[in-house]
Amino acid sequence: MSVKARALPESLRFLLLAFLVLWVVLAAFPFLWTLWGSFKVEGDFFSKASWSLALTGDLTRVETGGSFTGEGYEGAWIQEEFWRSVLNTTIVCFCVVTISLTLSTLGGYALSRSNHNYAFWLLIIALMFRAMPPITLVSGYLLPFYEWNLWGRLSTTIVVLVAINQPFSLWMLTSFFRNIPKDLDESAMVDGCNRFQAFRHVIIPVMWPGVITTGLFSFLLAYNDFAVTAMLLEKDNQTMIPKIASFLGTTQTKGNVMFAVAAVISATAPLFVLILFFQRQIVSGLTAGAVKG
Amino acid sequence: MLLLIAFPIGSVIMQSLYAQHEQVIEIVENCGPFGCTKEAAVNTEATQELRDAQPLGRFVGLENYLNRGHLAVSELAEAWRLSDSWGDYGNRIMNLPFYSAIIFTLTFTFIVTPMAIGLGFAIAIAVNSASKVLRGPLIFVSLLPFIINPLVGSLVLFWMVDARGVLGHGLQWLTSDPDLSVKASTPLMWIMLMIYGVWHTAPFAFVVFYAGLQTVNQDTNEAAMIDGANRWQRVRYVTIPHIMPLVTFVALIQIMDNFRVFEPLVSFSAGAHATSLSYYIYSDLGGETRLLNSAAATSVLTIICVGILLSPVLVRTWRDFKRA
Repeated sequence: MSVKARALPESLRFLLLAFLVLWVVLAAFPFLWTLWGSFKVEGDFFSKASWSLALTGDLTRVETGGSFTGEGYEGAWIQEEFWRSVLNTTIVCFCVVTISLTLSTLGGYALSRSNHNYAFWLLIIALMFRAMPPITLVSGYLLPFYEWNLWGRLSTTIVVLVAINQPFSLWMLTSFFRNIPKDLDESAMVDGCNRFQAFRHVIIPVMWPGVITTGLFSFLLAYNDFAVTAMLLEKDNQTMIPKIASFLGTTQTKGNVMFAVAAVISATAPLFVLILFFQRQIVSGLTAGAVKG
Repeated sequence: MLLLIAFPIGSVIMQSLYAQHEQVIEIVENCGPFGCTKEAAVNTEATQELRDAQPLGRFVGLENYLNRGHLAVSELAEAWRLSDSWGDYGNRIMNLPFYSAIIFTLTFTFIVTPMAIGLGFAIAIAVNSASKVLRGPLIFVSLLPFIINPLVGSLVLFWMVDARGVLGHGLQWLTSDPDLSVKASTPLMWIMLMIYGVWHTAPFAFVVFYAGLQTVNQDTNEAAMIDGANRWQRVRYVTIPHIMPLVTFVALIQIMDNFRVFEPLVSFSAGAHATSLSYYIYSDLGGETRLLNSAAATSVLTIICVGILLSPVLVRTWRDFKRA
């Protein structure tokens, strides 16, 4: 009976379908539109005459000869040296993820196996950090960093980002390790392993799902951060996001808006790939906190 | 680690009690053929020396909090005295930077959060009733606005609503006003920012609710059906109570996230129409004159606001913890 009873009436099914289509368009259309537009010239993408020029690309054909042009990308990557900030972003993200995962795997394992109940305080600190705008912290860092001459270095930024990220990833991994039964490492220790060997041979092989999820979120934090990197880095070692912001601020002359459009697409592409491969982990990470309370 | 966390907060509080040194002013006498004139001139060297000696600035106590840029106590009192109606009073308050920032931040938070939760729930129900093959791609597309960098995401939208972009043209066509520009109008800018906020945060609510919908007890659902509940009643009395704890969780996370709204203001270059607390700090820190002390005072006030917002949650968590 259940299959037939649960089947939706035609009208409702149509309504839901229409709603879904609307949402998909809302979610995806801006990206597709910008991707398409990034291969045009400014006169087409920002057209006073008619919006359809962006589709047909009349001015692009007049100015460059072809229907698509890579000028925006060329200008952004080579002329404005966007590749340099891509490199910086890679360094920052890699370091932040490695350092914060190392610290929080070891710390999280220790916390989950200790008898004291740190969980509450950890949760509170993680919550506070989630709630506090990072920029309030940055304004506290700035003056001491000037004084100690630490300002404007990638390493400083990495340390700050790790610190901001740490409570959250520590909390996530602690609750993950709690779900690995204690019996597992206890039986290993009965078999003659010491604490470290138990961790090395028993826990490490089973911990990857949790570590990957936590790593993804650390990566997103480092990749998406604007407040910290914009304030703490100098012009010549900026990461991608502040670089895009500086495209906007300084140069609104002809053509340069298209550099920003191209840079935006370049910065989005890695995230696209990321969701494509790690959708399951992202979803499970987002819901993990909710299910546990 | 704790050092890196506690230290900036301490540093912010310290800085907020100081103000920049005033410039050292000397009276210089200029004697020319037509007699002598006295002029006030800035002694740059002496100023620099003073600044180097005490980088924190001079100690002013709570003055930073009370001046025009922040709590503006005297301005508030004066506005109260001069204004003849509530509307007038409101207008005067909106001219004070700290109050306009906090009003925007709170409006943004409390309008965007419920709307995003509602939209997220609707999407979750719709996706849940779609066929299994479609669900994967649907989730993929839905995650896009959420995972995307806020600065980049809002830029993409901003270019589209630009007077020369596709949505901008659409708006002009809808209102049949060819000069309409979102950039130029404060209410439109606020609405645009909030639409962006809902667009950006609804996917998170969707993902959490969707996971919750998978665990709805089908027996209860069938029992309700046998008791004669129609489709809407089943959603209202079976599904919604089931995911109510999730709603609290999502609301908490979203209030925190929306309270620190910042990046869209940068990429919409909305500074003239709307400022949030984070943006106010950012604009103090950036620019030619780095107003570190002013930014620090705002930071402390922001932290206090966050504390007030979170306090009910903290108290409840503490009680749960005690009971457990």
